[in-house]
Amino acid sequence: MKKAGAEILWECLIREGVEVVFGLPGGANMPIYDAMMNYPVHHVLVRHEQGAAHMADGYARASGKVGVAMATSGPGATNLVTGIATAMMDSSPIVCITGQVHAHLIGGDAFQETDVTGITLPITKHNYLVTQADEIAEVVREAFYIARSGRPGPVLIDICKNAQIETAEFEYPENCSLPGYKPPAHAPQSGLQKAVELITQAKRPVILAGRGVLISGAVEELGMFAVKTHTPVASTLLGLGSFPASHPLHLGMMGMHGEAYCNMAIQQADLLLAFGMRFDDRVTGNLRTYAPNARKIHIEIDPSEINKNVPVDLALVGELKTVLADLIPMVDEYEHDNWLEEIEVWRTESKTRDIRSWAGDGKLYVPHVVHELWQATRGDAIITTDVGQHQMWTAQYYPLEYPYRLITSGGSGTMGFGLPSAIGAWFAHPEREIWTIVGDGGFQMTQAELSTASHQGANIKIAIMNNNFLGMVRQWQEFFFERRYSAVELHNPDFLKIAEAHGIPGRYVSQPDEVLPAIEFARQTPGPVLIEFKVEKEEAVYPMVPTGAALDAMIRRPLRQEQPVG
Amino acid sequence: MQHTLIALVENKPGVLNRVASLFRRRNFNIESLNVGQTENPLVSRMTIVMDSDDLDAHKVEANLYKLVNVIDVQDVTNQPSVTRDLALIKVKANPEQRSEIANLAGIFRARIVDVAPDSVIVEITGTEDKIESLLELLKPIGIQEMVRSGQVAMMRGNALGVRHVPGANGKNRA
Repeated sequence: MKKAGAEILWECLIREGVEVVFGLPGGANMPIYDAMMNYPVHHVLVRHEQGAAHMADGYARASGKVGVAMATSGPGATNLVTGIATAMMDSSPIVCITGQVHAHLIGGDAFQETDVTGITLPITKHNYLVTQADEIAEVVREAFYIARSGRPGPVLIDICKNAQIETAEFEYPENCSLPGYKPPAHAPQSGLQKAVELITQAKRPVILAGRGVLISGAVEELGMFAVKTHTPVASTLLGLGSFPASHPLHLGMMGMHGEAYCNMAIQQADLLLAFGMRFDDRVTGNLRTYAPNARKIHIEIDPSEINKNVPVDLALVGELKTVLADLIPMVDEYEHDNWLEEIEVWRTESKTRDIRSWAGDGKLYVPHVVHELWQATRGDAIITTDVGQHQMWTAQYYPLEYPYRLITSGGSGTMGFGLPSAIGAWFAHPEREIWTIVGDGGFQMTQAELSTASHQGANIKIAIMNNNFLGMVRQWQEFFFERRYSAVELHNPDFLKIAEAHGIPGRYVSQPDEVLPAIEFARQTPGPVLIEFKVEKEEAVYPMVPTGAALDAMIRRPLRQEQPVG
Repeated sequence: MQHTLIALVENKPGVLNRVASLFRRRNFNIESLNVGQTENPLVSRMTIVMDSDDLDAHKVEANLYKLVNVIDVQDVTNQPSVTRDLALIKVKANPEQRSEIANLAGIFRARIVDVAPDSVIVEITGTEDKIESLLELLKPIGIQEMVRSGQVAMMRGNALGVRHVPGANGKNRA
């Protein structure tokens, strides 16, 4: 049966299981928006397309499904770019559908024409320019498959307006033919045997768990492997939640603002087992001094990550869940009590430097706020964040027992990610408690989506950690630029009034004893709620590995005169 | 050292741009890139020559596989293969110099394909070394213009010795 291109698009999206799309209409995608009205899809009208891409991303990370964002040509599409780059860096499966000018106008600088496939080429896993209606079905089928399979990532489909209007025979393709795209699954047997040899020889092994554990659904396998081989587990920021935080083998977060004992363990290890992570500079510190005595096994689905930053002794290219399932029966049970005792000494020392071990001084610190939020929500909320100090404190003080709870922009470090990704996560899990922890700087970048949250009645709770600074930049200026504070002090609006203008209730908190009541107020009030926490202005995130320093050359929190309680 | 990679890619619009964009994005330096048809109209073939160490060549290969349109990559460096480059060289030549140039061309099995009153065009096909040698000899006479196709390469025999990136495009061999 013949259908218009726009109808074919929706027929395909429905068949891909799409229930919600985030977007904003414009001249070049109006036929798509017109056809949408006949299909059972919930459209979330955003206030800026960056929000649409982040919402699709948040939805994808919370649900494990592909998120969909829509925008018109030109500025609509370019506004998606930050969100696409964010999804690319964190391997998040989203499909972006943009309108494009008529095919015969392409290249002529028509109104709202931008070379969107050109712009997004390096920040998408793949992209398409569709000029005819009869290409749409095959392209959509491929786009969803590419976005969610292998190492996931964003795929963009740029559809010319004529292709939306013209008709074509519609048949949904059963399969897609991609001769150049076959993600690996099993690692070769010889590699697995070599891995067993290295694991058997290890006395001081550490697992480095990355986002790949969560993406491939290998949480159970990671747990089994770690317990069977008695190997402690360090997580990247995006790997948090892949191993329960309360488990004795859990080392917490590694890297620039990782736990000191975790970084020390990595540096002292004799074997690193990197599971679905990519040795980002934020987790390795100086590469020349990185884990100098450790042999390294890298299990990774993307061959281009092998030996990219850190040369490894053994690479197992394959799908992590499959490779671990193959490997677990091959390894024996080991015990590494001596190694764990050594780590325990570092862990105890770290605790004494923890700000939470200190007596209160009447001031409001983000770690305390996050800890109280963790207690109130029993550590089970979905948390999204922006980027900066509050993000690191969230990673440190909201320990995760369960996977898929923390949604944060890791690789790209995109400020403004928190609010829209929380809205996206809410559409994935409307039954769950969802908080976004943001800084006063990043929040204002996508603040317009308060309007979307209010419009949709999204049951999300917004916690602004307001220190009137671009806090992380201020911290760097304090540490590395002799406290010369350049362009970091923020003259902020009244956030509660902004919330009120959107019909969103709020609370202002400046005292430690006001924290819990405000959190409870938010939890008991349906729909979006905004809480502004007026926190200590010049507090720094510790520990910190300065750029270019060895991973264990951390700036530690100075010990205080009045000594730790407990 | 010099590395030669052969990439088989889908014959679709924009694929060359994807490959070129990849080299720029990942900061890889390419000496030559040749694109052309194959026996299969759906497939194009690229020969990529780069001056790099083994690690960088490996990175290029692995990154090429990340492109959905790239079907297969072969690193034919140090493999038994035939490599050829074609050059057209316009040499300044008055009537007295023509025979000298013709002699040189003959030695290199090159051909004179055009004669103008004050110049000739020499066409030579061969390995890079061979072309370089002829260029050295023609230089004193006066090279006015030169164009080269960049290398094309093909493995000899059954190509079983070719190295592949582990896991690339689903290939994972023991």
